[in-house]
Amino acid sequence: MDFGITESIIAIITTDRSMISTTTVPIFYAKSEDEKEKLSLLVAKITKGMVHDLENGSYVIVRH
Amino acid sequence: MNEFGVQIIISLIMGLLARIYMIRIDQRQYPSYPQGLISHLTLGIIAASLGAVAIPALVQKEYSAVTFLALAAQQFRDVRSMERQSLDNIEPTELVPRGTAYIEDIAKAFEARNYMVIITSLVTGITFYSIKLMKFTIILQIFFAVLMGGSIAFLLKRLLRRQLIMEIAEVKSGHIHFDGPLLMVNDVVIMNIGLKASRKIYEENGLAVEIIPRDANARATLANVGQRQAIQHNTSIQLGIRKDVDEPDFTPIARRNPHNGNIVMAIIPMEPSIELLIEAVKRTPVLETAKRKPLESKAGSKENNQLKGEL
Repeated sequence: MDFGITESIIAIITTDRSMISTTTVPIFYAKSEDEKEKLSLLVAKITKGMVHDLENGSYVIVRH
Repeated sequence: MNEFGVQIIISLIMGLLARIYMIRIDQRQYPSYPQGLISHLTLGIIAASLGAVAIPALVQKEYSAVTFLALAAQQFRDVRSMERQSLDNIEPTELVPRGTAYIEDIAKAFEARNYMVIITSLVTGITFYSIKLMKFTIILQIFFAVLMGGSIAFLLKRLLRRQLIMEIAEVKSGHIHFDGPLLMVNDVVIMNIGLKASRKIYEENGLAVEIIPRDANARATLANVGQRQAIQHNTSIQLGIRKDVDEPDFTPIARRNPHNGNIVMAIIPMEPSIELLIEAVKRTPVLETAKRKPLESKAGSKENNQLKGEL
């Protein structure tokens, strides 16, 4: 069986510097759109998560 | 050879033939070849011999021998749990899981096939013995026993035949498009895909189908999550899927249009042929556990049926 954290947000990647995480979910700040794409791809590959777009400049990575 | 020798052998052979007749090795690799095949054939022989000795045992007033049949039932329940367990164990290794409903369905089918073998050899034995009581020649005894056994096997196979999706629904190709990050097929949202690269792959290589149920029964059946999982699994196995474990973006997901009960699914197959995709969906079995029949109830009247695609 695959034990691990699923169905929850495991990382947030954003270009919005004003976003602050109040919980344990890490936030990765990207300088540009391109960097955000790349960063989220890398984090998603590491965590085997899926990237979702919130359309406010933030991506969240969720493990399903 | 004692007086029941021929009868037992004929019943056994008929039972075994019934098992071979029911065994199917197809592209879904069920039962797996060669080990799975051998174990199922062996169990078939055991089932056939249990059915074959029942009548001779009764005739010789060995009534306790019939308790063997109870043992057989126990044995074949074990077949079901064995099959379920082995499929459950390999489930995490599947890129697109079968789903518990499909596993349960497969396991039940294996159990039922063994019962079918017992019934076939039992009926063969009964026919053989009754023709013998009528004092017909041995050739006629064998002839009628084989005839009855064969027709019972044929009948049971017809009875156990599973419906296919194409009998309850129409399958058409769908159109993939994006609304912002939302992957959509024929205006039904499938999921949110963040990465632009993944969206591009969907737009270039993705295929989609829409499954339109023919009536309210089919609509309720297709709503079942296990049934949808079976469709996803079957199509991805038959067409191949462009996905790896760290790419959840490309998991095929069948979503339901809540307004009319249609199912839509987007997939990126290795074999980019829409005809093959439609064929694979059409040939997916309707799971016994997913089957619903609201139209047969009093509440599920004609009006329920007429809601088809109009909500």
